[in-house]
Amino acid sequence: MVEFTPDEMMTIAASRLLTNDDVCFVGIGAPSAACNVARLTHAPDITLIYESGTLGTAPNVLPLSIGDGELCDTAVTTVSVPEMFRYWLQGGHVTVGFLGAAQIDKFGNLNTTVIGDYHNPKIRLPGGGGAPEIATSAHQVFITSKQALRGMVEAVDFYTSLGHGTGGNDREDTYGVKTKGPTVLITDLAVWKPDPETKEFTVVSIHEGVTRDDLQATCGWSIKYAQDVRETPVPTELELNTLRDLQSRTAIAHSL
Amino acid sequence: MSLQDAVAKYIKDGQLIALEGFTHLIPHAAAHEIIRQGRRDLTAIRMTPDIIYDQMVGMGCIKKLIFSFMGNPGVGLLKRVRDSIEHEYPSAITYEEYSHSAMANAYEAGAAGLPCAIFRGFLGAELAKVNPNIKHVICPFTGEKLAAVPSVQPEVSVIHAQRANKRGEVLIEGIIGVQKEAVLAAQKAIVTVEEIVDDFDDMHPNTCILPHFVVDAICVVPGGAHPSYSHNYYQRDNAAYKEWAAISADRDLFAKWMEDNVMSVGPEVFEGRVAHLRGAK
Repeated sequence: MVEFTPDEMMTIAASRLLTNDDVCFVGIGAPSAACNVARLTHAPDITLIYESGTLGTAPNVLPLSIGDGELCDTAVTTVSVPEMFRYWLQGGHVTVGFLGAAQIDKFGNLNTTVIGDYHNPKIRLPGGGGAPEIATSAHQVFITSKQALRGMVEAVDFYTSLGHGTGGNDREDTYGVKTKGPTVLITDLAVWKPDPETKEFTVVSIHEGVTRDDLQATCGWSIKYAQDVRETPVPTELELNTLRDLQSRTAIAHSL
Repeated sequence: MSLQDAVAKYIKDGQLIALEGFTHLIPHAAAHEIIRQGRRDLTAIRMTPDIIYDQMVGMGCIKKLIFSFMGNPGVGLLKRVRDSIEHEYPSAITYEEYSHSAMANAYEAGAAGLPCAIFRGFLGAELAKVNPNIKHVICPFTGEKLAAVPSVQPEVSVIHAQRANKRGEVLIEGIIGVQKEAVLAAQKAIVTVEEIVDDFDDMHPNTCILPHFVVDAICVVPGGAHPSYSHNYYQRDNAAYKEWAAISADRDLFAKWMEDNVMSVGPEVFEGRVAHLRGAK
């Protein structure tokens, strides 16, 4: 029996959703780890793009920022930031946008801008960066988030980037957005997918050892479950070793 | 030209300036010179206000920020900027916020001499409600509603690059960010470089080079991007980035750090700061 942490389960569950055919616009942190575990296990031909302009990158260690030299050294090519956003993202070449967030609601709307009122903030967060356009230009969006009451909220304080809006077809009807938007949410406790009709995130698989009480205790909205809720397959030894090797190489590189 | 002379000559109080470098080639030495010369009331543009604008805000140089992501990359929040926004310390600043896509498009429009940038953006994003400069236009051919933002056209842009040659041409390699656009969009451009070489004769024909007639001042400051990095010269000082979180969090610690590491030294200290980071990349 292999021991693993909830964070490791989150990263590995996310990595499994990526394929060789994906062109993935990668956010920093958990998305970056998941994308590179996928690349180092079942999806060696995946194309990873970071917003600094590095296209088709294959870092040996995880970057501290989206613009580390490692990303450029291992990239197929490096383009300017305007080209990245205009041709590659807006041009429709990105199949998966992979985002994290400080706040997320049940429709996958994300907030990384502000807690409280925008003009009179309780906490000023870093802001949107690439997210507002990644969320609408990528063919679909994957989201990772650790579960916590202050992070998973009934309504986000600020729409940094659009998910499914108020649910249903709001995304297309109100905003004219034709891309799919958030298609999966991977947390440290479960995997969630939008209900086909309401677009509310519903739990489709629960990580080993996690109860429904655990899920609700760390989520600010009343959770709905898919009809057939499974247990998330535990990490394989290969997945776990790949992630841990990547993280230990990264720790050594970043301490130099 | 010395960095001291370039800043004294081109950067004035109250100007609209941009210091660019997207996680790479960040012009730290130039920012420190602006702080040392006591510039005030600057409107400062930067896609990613990180440590340099945290320092400039903390030292009271900036009255307004224009940005798209405000953080110490991969490490955390900018505590001096937050102190200014949340508690008006050392003074209040205002800010105008966009997305990366908007800023990148706005720089490109500035470089192209256009008054505004048009792109598919801010769909369902609330920034469009709180920033009156985010507007929309209808495509006259398809009827599609597109985002429009004013172009970025700084009075002065400042960047750091790997090297210049004796003709005054500037070479930028690696992650090139929006530096070319920032220089072309500006009325005046200051470039700090690692070194000056004879010529660029052995370069690839498509290399990113800024010709001499778009650059107003070239200043040799080895290590001038520290603690960010110069591709092929020295690596990023990740430890310094991580240390900044604690320095920035405390007003007194910040003041002492700035006195010791900025106010009482000059651009020549940067070379020593990168000595241990050279070699590998």
